[in-house]
Amino acid sequence: MEIPITRVQLSNGLLVLLKEIHTSPIISHWIWYRVGSRDEATGKTGISHWTEHMQFKGTPLFPAGKLDKAISRLGGVWNAFTFLDWTTYYETLPADSISLALRLEADRMGNSAFVEDEVSSERTVIISERQGSENEPLFRLGEEVQAAAFRVHPYHHEIVGDMADLRTIQQEDLYQHYRTFYTPGNAVLAVAGDFGTTSMLEEIRQLYEMLPAGNYVPRLSRQEPPQEGERQVTVEGPGETTYIQFAYRAPTANHPDFLPYTVLDSLLTGPSSLNLFGGGISNKTSRLYKALVEKELAVSVAGGLQATIDPFLYCITATIHPQKQAQQTVQAVDQEILRLQEDQPNPEELVRAVKQARALFAYGSESISNQAFWLGFSEMFDTYAWFESYLDRLAQVTPEDVHRVAQVYLRPQKRVLGIYQPTGNKPERQDE
Amino acid sequence: MSEPVHTLPGPDDITRTTLKNGITVLVRSNDNSPSVFINGFLPVGSLFDSDTKLGLADFTASALMRGTTHRDFQQIYNDLESIGASLGFGGGTHSTSFSGKALSEDLDLLLQLVSEALRVPLFPSEHIERLRAIHLTGLAIRAQDTEEMASLTLDKIIYKDHPYSRPDDGYPETISEITQMEIAAFHKKHYGPRNMVIVVVGAVDPQQVIEKIDGYLGDWNNPLQPDPPDLPKLHHLEKTIIKKCTISGKSQSDIVIGVPGPERRAQDFLAAAIGNNILGQFGLFGRIGEVVREKAGLAYYAYSSLNGGVGPGPWSVSAGVDPENIARIVELIENEIKRITREMVSKNELEDSQANFIGRLPLSLESNAGVAGALINLERFDLGLDYYQRYPDLIRAITQEDILLAVNNYIDPNRLGIAVAGP
Repeated sequence: MEIPITRVQLSNGLLVLLKEIHTSPIISHWIWYRVGSRDEATGKTGISHWTEHMQFKGTPLFPAGKLDKAISRLGGVWNAFTFLDWTTYYETLPADSISLALRLEADRMGNSAFVEDEVSSERTVIISERQGSENEPLFRLGEEVQAAAFRVHPYHHEIVGDMADLRTIQQEDLYQHYRTFYTPGNAVLAVAGDFGTTSMLEEIRQLYEMLPAGNYVPRLSRQEPPQEGERQVTVEGPGETTYIQFAYRAPTANHPDFLPYTVLDSLLTGPSSLNLFGGGISNKTSRLYKALVEKELAVSVAGGLQATIDPFLYCITATIHPQKQAQQTVQAVDQEILRLQEDQPNPEELVRAVKQARALFAYGSESISNQAFWLGFSEMFDTYAWFESYLDRLAQVTPEDVHRVAQVYLRPQKRVLGIYQPTGNKPERQDE
Repeated sequence: MSEPVHTLPGPDDITRTTLKNGITVLVRSNDNSPSVFINGFLPVGSLFDSDTKLGLADFTASALMRGTTHRDFQQIYNDLESIGASLGFGGGTHSTSFSGKALSEDLDLLLQLVSEALRVPLFPSEHIERLRAIHLTGLAIRAQDTEEMASLTLDKIIYKDHPYSRPDDGYPETISEITQMEIAAFHKKHYGPRNMVIVVVGAVDPQQVIEKIDGYLGDWNNPLQPDPPDLPKLHHLEKTIIKKCTISGKSQSDIVIGVPGPERRAQDFLAAAIGNNILGQFGLFGRIGEVVREKAGLAYYAYSSLNGGVGPGPWSVSAGVDPENIARIVELIENEIKRITREMVSKNELEDSQANFIGRLPLSLESNAGVAGALINLERFDLGLDYYQRYPDLIRAITQEDILLAVNNYIDPNRLGIAVAGP
């Protein structure tokens, strides 16, 4: 049973989506900005993520430190995420306290302080965040694979940004970025939970409608040229474990091939959902688990598509068995992909993928935060109708569709193959 | 039309019963989503492991679903994954836990598989070897994880000669030595229904669930099932001890500073938990976050945590830092630890944290998994079915003096464990 939603655009361009859910006395409130690492020029990588951090440093009305305490006192949770295409902020609160989130987000859409001292202390915090990521072999590998896949398009750098830019971006750069992209015309407000639509919409109008729409939002437009031939990258680093990552080209989320590709991923590496809350399930009957883990070439395998505005990547990542070589896994993956390219999948496999997707939807629907997430997230690359029709469209995918998508997208000439080669050191303990 | 669930779980909507063989079942209905979540535990964990076979309990738990007398490995996962369901077992120090989810129409399959995995697992040799490689890879990855290695190093310092000094998943040398026969023998001796708990939350009828569980597990018995061993007495540190685990090639170091904390059943647990919230959680990481992240800008994460399990789990402060700043951050954290042991927290701080504890309860109970976790805690720590309804009053009754006393019951700033892992 689908709950109807309200979708309204205010006079200043702010798109508002509301969904009443009265199962729990909770409201989840999300504001989405159409800005992410795709909007960052060389020299300014990481600026969207850093701007997101600065949004927690306060406004004259809500000074730094008071925001955290106010939300925590109510027992609420709040956080923010920066992605390739968007930045989002959310608060999930007891229903009778949601005004705080509404007032806070309306205020920090235009009144954040970006004080020089705060920029300095956040610089070292973000450098520390990046250093923590660099401790992870899969971050190091993923960063190099992504850079190899995108020579021209700004999807080529990690969201956290390059260290060179994290050391040189200045307060005025951050403030300019904020003023450019944080406007009602570039934002989507999504609220789900225990409220009445009429009064919620009225409160939103009072807070937001007086804000100016904002100027034209400039976009980087650097299309990635076609890839001609396989690209390979090797990353060496500490440890004893080898990882490999295959990055194939993927279409945009609103492309007709996206759902057949989703089914293909489900067959190859197991079902995954785009839910932010709700979790997934195991993948032990997927084709690649059987070919890699059961054959003792790898100890784990995972895959996933991202819903993006421009064509991004479909990545398959495997952790190699301690007694095997990466090349054996590459051959086994190639064989499985060849099988999908030569023979159509069994229709029963598709029926199974749809049932799995239905279950993952049910798990995601337990969380009001997750439902509010989908209201706004789907608008970043399409509209909420994309989400509402998802299961029906998935059920229409045919074996021929999956077969064709495998042939078009999973060609070795169009992929990046990355290998994390461990240098083999073991930790040692010493007393001080 | 779905019904609102505006009340906290309590005796009026939790159905609890104990089967004849000692399994306790708790069920709560939630018809707002067509799904069901189950979890539970058995009192068998790494406390039963010898030093030379450390990791045996965890290895056994991970092998339960590798084939049973009814279904082989592929069949088990084909049955589960075909319907979008999941089920998994994992070993801990005191217990072996399981959790799973499915559409509520598929609850029977989950219960059948729980029963088969617990009662008639086969531990096929080829799967044991496959799992061994997975475990050894996991341990190799752990050895490179600065956060995990700092925690393990802390456990070595503060739990000297105590089982809590040992990692539940063992070491490469112990995992390499465990045989299929030892796994099968461990299962045969230690797995049984006595003191097992199973919780079911979702779009289900409680009485029907209890009948189903009785049908699948009610006739299970194991006369060999031993009582869990008693925990030995802790030897408290006589002075602060610092140890470093060097992992070269890393960009960031992790610091963990801690002591053995309160048991969950301790009278002063909630006072200690509020103290911990003030020290390193409230807002963005409490006092620790304020000095290390907000003022000094020295770390992305810097927070405290209090485990509060069956025994005296660690109470610790953690931070991920640039290796050049370790000494400075240790000093900042030690200063905050000293402060909270010497001065009463302010009235405002106490009220903030009390409001936070009371206010966040409904959010933690939003999903079936959240409610199931809460019900497990009721049973595991004998809190009583009305605990969540009494909880606001319990929290409001805590005073500034209670917190100072509780903090000083566990933390002596001159006898801390300090562990660092990194380049």
